[in-house]
Amino acid sequence: MGIEKFLFYFFAAILLVAATLVITVRNPVRAALSLVLAFFASAALWMLLEAEFLALVLVLVYVGAVMVLFLFVVMMIDIDLAQVKEGFSRMLPAGIAVAVGLVVVMAVVVGPEHFGLEGFGEVPRHGADYNNTRELGMALFTTFVYPFELAALILLVAIVAAIALTLRRRPGTRHQNPAEQVAVNAAERVRVVKMAAEPRDDAPVPTAEPGESKEEPR
Amino acid sequence: MNLPGTQDYLAALPEIVVATLACIVLLIDLWSNDRERLLTWLATQFTLLVGIVLIIVQLSTDVTYAFAGTYVKDILSDVLKLFIFIGAGVAFLYMREYLRIHNEMKGEYFTLGLFAVLGMMVLASASHMITLYLGLELLSLSLYALVAMRRDSAQSAEAAMKYFMLGAIASGMLLYGMSMIYGATGSLDLREVADAVAQARSDDLILIFGLVFIVAGIAFKLGAVPFHMWAPDVYQGAPTAVTLFLATVPKLAAFAMLMRLLVDGLGPLHDQWQGMLIILAVLSMAIGNLVAIAQENIRRMLAYSTISHVGFLLLGVLSGTDQGYAAALFYTVVYMIMGLGAFGVLVMLGRAGFEADRLSDIKGLNQRSPWLAGVMLVMMFSMAGVPPFLGFWAKFAVLQEVVAVGLVWLAVAAVVFSIIGAFYYLRIVKLIYFDEAEEQAPIRGSSPMRVMVSSNGLVVLLFGLFPAPLLGICIAVFTRIELVIG
Amino acid sequence: MIELAYTVTAWMPGWMQAIAIILMKISLLMMPLLLGVAYLTFAERKIIGYMQVRVGPNRVGPRGWLQPIADSLKLMFKEIVIPSSANRFLFLLSPLLAFAPALAAWAVIPFDDHLVIADINAGLLYVLAITSLGVYGIILAGWASNSKYAFLGAIRSGAQMVSYEIAMGFALVGVIMAAGSLNLGQIVQAQATGLGLFSWFWLPLLPLFVIYFISGVAETNRAPFDVAEGESEIVAGFHVDYSGMAFAVFFLAEYANMILIAALASLLFLGGWLSPFDGLPVLGPLFDWVPGIVWMLAKMSFFLLLFLWLRATFPRYRYDQIMRLGWKVFIPLTLVWIMVTGVLVVGEVGPWFGHGEG
Repeated sequence: MGIEKFLFYFFAAILLVAATLVITVRNPVRAALSLVLAFFASAALWMLLEAEFLALVLVLVYVGAVMVLFLFVVMMIDIDLAQVKEGFSRMLPAGIAVAVGLVVVMAVVVGPEHFGLEGFGEVPRHGADYNNTRELGMALFTTFVYPFELAALILLVAIVAAIALTLRRRPGTRHQNPAEQVAVNAAERVRVVKMAAEPRDDAPVPTAEPGESKEEPR
Repeated sequence: MNLPGTQDYLAALPEIVVATLACIVLLIDLWSNDRERLLTWLATQFTLLVGIVLIIVQLSTDVTYAFAGTYVKDILSDVLKLFIFIGAGVAFLYMREYLRIHNEMKGEYFTLGLFAVLGMMVLASASHMITLYLGLELLSLSLYALVAMRRDSAQSAEAAMKYFMLGAIASGMLLYGMSMIYGATGSLDLREVADAVAQARSDDLILIFGLVFIVAGIAFKLGAVPFHMWAPDVYQGAPTAVTLFLATVPKLAAFAMLMRLLVDGLGPLHDQWQGMLIILAVLSMAIGNLVAIAQENIRRMLAYSTISHVGFLLLGVLSGTDQGYAAALFYTVVYMIMGLGAFGVLVMLGRAGFEADRLSDIKGLNQRSPWLAGVMLVMMFSMAGVPPFLGFWAKFAVLQEVVAVGLVWLAVAAVVFSIIGAFYYLRIVKLIYFDEAEEQAPIRGSSPMRVMVSSNGLVVLLFGLFPAPLLGICIAVFTRIELVIG
Repeated sequence: MIELAYTVTAWMPGWMQAIAIILMKISLLMMPLLLGVAYLTFAERKIIGYMQVRVGPNRVGPRGWLQPIADSLKLMFKEIVIPSSANRFLFLLSPLLAFAPALAAWAVIPFDDHLVIADINAGLLYVLAITSLGVYGIILAGWASNSKYAFLGAIRSGAQMVSYEIAMGFALVGVIMAAGSLNLGQIVQAQATGLGLFSWFWLPLLPLFVIYFISGVAETNRAPFDVAEGESEIVAGFHVDYSGMAFAVFFLAEYANMILIAALASLLFLGGWLSPFDGLPVLGPLFDWVPGIVWMLAKMSFFLLLFLWLRATFPRYRYDQIMRLGWKVFIPLTLVWIMVTGVLVVGEVGPWFGHGEG
């Protein structure tokens, strides 16, 4: 148990530090990287909870894809920090007051004594053959199949919305169509036209093929 | 193993069919070259029609739980879905007219609208917090995108951004509240939550804590004061076609959310949430009606008017009786009809590139189109609560229930605020009838649009004279539920 | 082997012994891997040389065999130049971010039955998650260098890797469905249905197999998908400002990733350590004596040869064509084939499916 507790506190500490850095670091790219670290630490915490599927998917989806795109955006737009920080000191007292209030309320309310933890008992530990992925899949495709399908629909709406909002063809621009370009074949690329040879008016008619006669009759 | 079976699929048939048809509409829109998007629109309306038929075929007072208790089909959900379909059908008709007038026809307005309808259906028959949340997100996401659709307009982008940010915060609050409730009760299934809450100590801090967040989240979505800040900007910034949709039909879904979460799930905590709703209701009626007076923009004014109507709606819910809920449902439906009519008139006043949404734009409407002026008159009188229009009965029903539970002071306050509110509704009537027209452009409109707006006005008038059928449906919904459960 | 390690470390306290054993396992894997990386660079130059009717490196050592050693010595002693306007911290961090995932993913790769460092349930998912981190090294390198060329390369590479990860993930979904497990060892076992090389997944999942390998080439930024480097247009892409060991680390990561992709392709589609003649008459018993690891390495070598062959054969893809291939060709194809796989699995189509799990 000792090592597990140590690991928990270790990753929890990293998580807290990283989360704090996200909102305090000046450089937006570093803030995004801190968020990555925070995701990573929370994935490790999930791993300690025997939820390896969720942990790995968190890394795969959020760290591996979402945050990459996020970093892109942060890198490409020029964030004016002075503008972002404008009014910071003015808002600070109010912000601190709200934060302190929230913390106090939560400290009063969200304590273990209110949740009746004694009624729950210790969470059973699973053996090595316990497969979190399988269990999750079972729950998702039986009991929670309706919410699961709804989540899929939400993703569909997100795709439709994103495309509807960003896809537009400005008139007058030229596009290449890679599909057509790839599908082209040799016969379409070059059209060989058969036509009778015509002599040029101004040039003398060659009498022989080059190579056969060494001297051009010029 | 808890594999869904035939009875599960049958119960959720409307949702399944609408989802499938929505995907088909998406494909139709993809492959149709029609600039008018007639086929998309017809398919959308056909989907709604199929939904109505499916609901009516299966209409019954039985309560059926499906998909391991994540879905519930009862008379409330059926009736709500019926109203949602009808409201959305009318809204899509107005939407099409607007898009044609303004030359902004895009199939996504209808497909996203259809997905929003699906989200509302899910909300109406959610009996599990996860389902409820997902339905809410499906609805909200579609609406965010709809608001942002006019992407070259800075105003629209600003509106979408505000809507999205505040909506996301609201979702976060709702989720946080739900997680607290889950921590306290050990379940997300609203039936089990209700059981656990009934057994819990009434001073359970965590439950109250969660309740606060849930109420705040719902208030955000409803646009109740003090969580109303997004409404005026969104109503004004979005294209009118979108405003008329998002201002009206989703209120039914918000009502469903109130009923499912607060009544079905946290009903035993009624004493606690009644107080919170009273604050929201009074503030909404006060701020909504007072600030609306100062507005120069009709859409903005209607936003504040909506806020005040939300206050009334909350009055019905907070009474905590079945009659109160019925009155609130009645109010919501009535509000939807009135809102659709008012925005329908605004749509007809607009021209390509010009939104007729300033007060000066409707001056002397009577000279330009007496019939349209008449419809607007009916809507404004009805919203103000002047008898014998429909709005009067809605307010009356709600106030009756508030008095019935002994909150007389609240009823008096509501009356005072609605008298204040009558000022700005009647100001519009004055502008229409007694001012000289500044704008002389002729008012055109396709014949379906004319017919629809006219019948919208007639409905308000006729149901105002004979409110019994509509009110009867709403009352029947709740009394029969009582019969089944009790 | 393991017993020997335990006896050698018997004097240590329990936790220390565990750590020591893990460290031993890691080094046992890392040494051959790094050696493999070094000689893969040599093989590349030699093989491409022969393909282009050249000799390739032949000066250092007998027939050029010491060339990688000389290269690494040179790179080690070269100065690491840090551009004056670069973000120093991220500039130095990014090679490590590229290299660490390339090594960490190896933890779950089995070379023979149970010859693996960590035999975890969700092994395949772990590989996918870890390899998806490699992109950070590249885009941060491009950004931190504060150079247009580097940034262009980083953007290209990032978009490309994110795009092809989807097709790759879908291809893996097919494998997972076919095997009914996320554990790499069990995936290999599921391919042992007694028909030799015909019982492996490459046959029923042929489109996924092809797509997986091509996506793997794209993921490692290798030709013909090497627009991130694009030496003819953007000089050298994301590592244009790197020199010395920092530059070398990027290359180590790239080649380690290549070997990883080769190992995964062998495990997932070519039956890993299984003999191709397993269960066949005459040939089967004839090759029974060959240890599994030999087959595994042979299959990996085949894929690595493919990598080099592709590079020698194809010109570089144009960027929009890369995107089209990933999004409009591979993703729909994989989606369709996932459905086909579903039908095959449910229908228990032999000889691959219908034997217990699946």
